Amino acid sequence: MVKLLERLGHTVEFPAGQTCCGQMHYNTGYQLEAMPLVQRFVDQFREAEAVVVPSSSCVAMMKDHYPKMAASFKDEKLMAEVDALLPRVFEFSEFLTRRLGLEDVGAYYPHRVTYHASCHGLRNLELGDGPLRLLKAVRGIDLVPLEGLEQCCGFGGTFAIKNAEVSSAMLSEKTTAVLNTGAEACTACDNSCLMHIQGALHRQRTGVKTVHLAEILAGDEGAQR
Amino acid sequence: MSGVALDPKTSPTFPMAAKTALGDTQMRKNVRHATDVIQAKRARVVAEMPDWQQLREAGKQIRQHTMEHLDFYLEQFEENCTRAGGVVHWARDAQEARRIVTGLVKASGSEEVIKIKSMTTEEIHLNDVLETAGIHAYETDLAELIIQLGEDQPSHIVVPALHKNRQQIREIFQRKMNLPGLGETPQDLADAARVFLREKFLRVKTGVSGANFLIAETGGVCIVESEGNGRMCLTLPETLITIAGIDKVVPRFQDLEVLLQLLPRSATGERMNPYNSIWTGVKQGDGPQTFHVVLMDNARTEILADKEGRQTLNCIRCGACQNACPVYRQTGGQAYGSVYAGPIGAILTPQLQELHHAQSLPFASSLCGACYEVCPVKINIPEVLIHLRAKVVNQNTAGIAGLFDFEAAAMTAMAMIFKSERRFRAAQRLGRMAEIPLVRKDRQGVGWIRWLPGMLGGWTQARDLQEMPKETFRDWWEKRGKNGN
Repeated sequence: MVKLLERLGHTVEFPAGQTCCGQMHYNTGYQLEAMPLVQRFVDQFREAEAVVVPSSSCVAMMKDHYPKMAASFKDEKLMAEVDALLPRVFEFSEFLTRRLGLEDVGAYYPHRVTYHASCHGLRNLELGDGPLRLLKAVRGIDLVPLEGLEQCCGFGGTFAIKNAEVSSAMLSEKTTAVLNTGAEACTACDNSCLMHIQGALHRQRTGVKTVHLAEILAGDEGAQR
Repeated sequence: MSGVALDPKTSPTFPMAAKTALGDTQMRKNVRHATDVIQAKRARVVAEMPDWQQLREAGKQIRQHTMEHLDFYLEQFEENCTRAGGVVHWARDAQEARRIVTGLVKASGSEEVIKIKSMTTEEIHLNDVLETAGIHAYETDLAELIIQLGEDQPSHIVVPALHKNRQQIREIFQRKMNLPGLGETPQDLADAARVFLREKFLRVKTGVSGANFLIAETGGVCIVESEGNGRMCLTLPETLITIAGIDKVVPRFQDLEVLLQLLPRSATGERMNPYNSIWTGVKQGDGPQTFHVVLMDNARTEILADKEGRQTLNCIRCGACQNACPVYRQTGGQAYGSVYAGPIGAILTPQLQELHHAQSLPFASSLCGACYEVCPVKINIPEVLIHLRAKVVNQNTAGIAGLFDFEAAAMTAMAMIFKSERRFRAAQRLGRMAEIPLVRKDRQGVGWIRWLPGMLGGWTQARDLQEMPKETFRDWWEKRGKNGN
């Protein structure tokens, strides 16, 4: 992501104090534990012109829950800061397509790839076909459609552990769809889905890998993989 | 599955029940097929509505407004229904509702009742209660009849027998209707049910129904159905007893314009239900001459008091969330241990139990949001699930027990780590050291974890986990900075 953003002429900074958006705590029922992370996020990023996040579910966490978390503190300053910062927070593909208005980012990736639409990107952030348009513009790519592309892969954070059997059954449907495409790699905008899908693809010795969308878009003629 | 009533008080936890359900490949195939068919039909009839999103918003507003003034509209319904010749009863809980209905059936002088499919009667297990009181209830909805004759339990709020295929249904009918030569076409099965039921419609003097909507403005009750069995039950008996949750009320007759567009398209993928019945009180010489309505609370008032949970009551029982849910589609409905299964069940059931039972249900979701997307009245189910998870965690970690809760301890530790950059860095280093005994290199030299201990072992049942990178993004970034990039 850094490589691509710099190639596009942007200055990238990485505030060292950042840690976690708090999604795992919040979604598992430990909402008090997630609270301090709202203030932390604002402290780390309030100066940024744009905050680009390579994970759709983290962005969904911030956009869907930070305002009401800040409101629950009854901290007006924090509420105002959250409201001011959130419009400048973008999921990575969203930043490219909506903020920069790009589709062709000059990428080269000569591989057969299929795209999985992560739930939070699809339904919470309404990314639509943005990531697919970015992929279609990649040179050399053989993009194949994934059956049931909008179906959850079964990760769901702690769901994958608390309901491991059901999660695995959902995952098995996803990996079957991936394998049916004959793709070398499955891509998405969310590392957690990719970690989950990759876990099964590796366990089953399929030889199919997962790559984040940013890795594909950062590819160029000089850096074949 | 079994004839044991689906009761959250006695059911196994969702992960346990799901494990069993996942082994039933025939059931999973049936559920998959049925939900695929209904979802495709729904998608077609929703796509043809240019104002679907506005309709959803209107539906939400109607339901939300009703809940905000529920006391007013309930009393208005009572007044208008009474004026039209109905008798209104109030039931605080399931126990009271059962007692009232049993008493009313007995007073009608009948030892049998014919029933229209009703989730509210399922919620209070009315059939079992009536049976104990010496009253036999005949389910007249085809799917409910299949469940009843098969000594089974419902697995869906609209199509309760969707976990059975035609061959299985034929087997039940052959056995219970004594029709050894019965065929397996839909026509054969429907004909058999028709003959079996027709005699009941004409003989039994007392009917029991639920309600889709109670209309406050007129005192009328509305039921929509597809088979005509409802119309029979509403017109032929001498006594009609309707039982409905207090959440079923709508303010005006006109509100049905919105709700009767949303409901059939979402539920069965039909533009309109084949039968839409609305009856208001008693009409001399036409239809039931005695008409009772039992308005049941059964924890709905508690749900209404919870600011974040109350949108649950907006539900119009279409079942679209069940068809769309990837969890439900794997396990079927009975794994939820409640007559309300799927996403709506995962939020409704625990709240109906005031969170004392069914605590695993709010966690029976990957929060993918497919349910919210299809909900005709825009109930934000993922939001309510998260809200209930917090309540469950609070209950379970209160007091001494919380000190010994592994999950809570891990969550607290991680919260501490996320609060400090120094601890975060240390944790990354520590993680790399801690995983060393578990990591095995593959041929490409990449390290993978194939087994994890304890709770985390859920992950490695079916998945590997790549080792943590030797160089984190943070390390790479800082090294790059030093090199003057």
